[in-house]
Amino acid sequence: MTTTSAKPSPAMPGGPRPRAAIAAKTLRTDRWWLPSLLSGGGFGLFVLYTGIRCFFIQESFWVEQYHYLTPVFSPCISEKCPDNASDLGQWLPASLPFFIPLPILTLGILTVFRLTCYYYRKMYYRAYFMSPPGCAVNEPAKKYSGETRFPLIFQNIHRYGWWLACGLLMINTWDAVRAFHGADGDVAGGFGIGLGTLIIWGNLVMLWGYSVSCHACRHITGGRLKHFSRHPVRYWLWTKVSKLNAKHMEFAWASLFSVIITDVYIMSVSAGWITDLRIFN
Amino acid sequence: MGTDRHFRVWRGNEAGGELKDYQVEVNEGEVALDVLHRIQATEEPDLAVRWNCKAGKCGSCSCEINGKPRLACMTRMSTFEETETVTVTPIRTFPIVRDLVTDVSFNYAKALAMPAFKPPGELAPGEYRMQQVDIERSQEFRKCIECFLCQTICHVIRDHEENKEAFSGPRLFIRAAELDMHPLDARSDREEFAQAAQGLGLCNITKCCTEVCPEHIKITDNAIIAMKERVVDERFDPLVRLGRKIFRRDRRQPASTK
Repeated sequence: MTTTSAKPSPAMPGGPRPRAAIAAKTLRTDRWWLPSLLSGGGFGLFVLYTGIRCFFIQESFWVEQYHYLTPVFSPCISEKCPDNASDLGQWLPASLPFFIPLPILTLGILTVFRLTCYYYRKMYYRAYFMSPPGCAVNEPAKKYSGETRFPLIFQNIHRYGWWLACGLLMINTWDAVRAFHGADGDVAGGFGIGLGTLIIWGNLVMLWGYSVSCHACRHITGGRLKHFSRHPVRYWLWTKVSKLNAKHMEFAWASLFSVIITDVYIMSVSAGWITDLRIFN
Repeated sequence: MGTDRHFRVWRGNEAGGELKDYQVEVNEGEVALDVLHRIQATEEPDLAVRWNCKAGKCGSCSCEINGKPRLACMTRMSTFEETETVTVTPIRTFPIVRDLVTDVSFNYAKALAMPAFKPPGELAPGEYRMQQVDIERSQEFRKCIECFLCQTICHVIRDHEENKEAFSGPRLFIRAAELDMHPLDARSDREEFAQAAQGLGLCNITKCCTEVCPEHIKITDNAIIAMKERVVDERFDPLVRLGRKIFRRDRRQPASTK
């Protein structure tokens, strides 16, 4: 009849009284580990891809013919960048130490923004730090101080990451506008559209969706107010951001994949592995 | 037509305990609490189960079913396979009283420690007026039935007994948010209290509390993260502080005029 038993820890005088003596780390029977495995694995693949791309494949990021610039290398601010791809100037020398990637600015901003994101925090605390590995599954760490100490107290800079990411998004938007460039400059004033243009715009929508649905954005637009009735415009904005905020996780994943798809496509066209499918000019 | 199901129920008290096996009849439309009552009626008259409304509104019958904190009265037996063993244990985070009953007084002690609603000084009772648009955020948090499932699943205290002194838990965080967002609450130190006295910084927003809430309150998104961002305004964001100085808002305005 008896299947599991354990002695409780003794009650300390004046200390905590014992809980039910259940030895199992969890009694969950479902596959609680699967979401963490998938999200941790998926995010790990993104980090691996971005790392290889930024440190080891620092070329094929620009298609001169159609003005496609991959979002991973935008803004292109190195002397290594083609003149047409560096609208913001070339502040960085062509050769950098091996530990500084060419898109250092982009990588830095995205790292700060995504690593401090409330959704990604949930994901990597569960998947990588096992804090906890799953709901109602014991975490292995003996001590826990949450986000109260260095370095995790710096999660509180998320809103700064958001402002910087918004700046980056403005540049991405400019890149997307420039991607309406045709091969023949004499046709329609140089206007053109291809599959690459559509991919770049799809990626841009996902990036804006992720940034606008951010919890910090929700707070800034209206969440910090006590009286919505005195700020009708901000309240209206807050309701819209709140609707998007409910899909923040979906935007987080969609934008990760869309960045990779866009980068792979532009790299492939730039390297001559494939030809861009042109719709007009 | 009824089927025979295999149940394991934790029996014991402070001195120790064990999971005991039962073969028990389950009929169509029944919930886990019905089955516990049948075990009580047919095999174990002294099985301790706390319950009251059987409608998911009193929050009494919180327990862990197959390892997940749930309300026994809202757990339909049709959600389990007929051959599946159903394991019922008390909620783990709080001291055991007996069988499936735990002592949840931790939550009441934390609630007592929390500063109550402070009405605005310039208004007399009876003069309070609020617009629906201003109060609806707080109303979501008033749906809480105090089942304490969010408290029991929170790893900060579930896995670390030593954090209980410093940490109030999700149930009290929604109370903090409810009051801080209340259009007539006159206190301006709720963020500071949440961070310093309630241990908001210990929460690493892994959202388990939201997942188990039977009232579907968006605890993490609407309360905890909202409070964390408000704490950042007060404590960690130098630009907000600078802005307040420049615009001569270095002292927070009274709540009723913010």
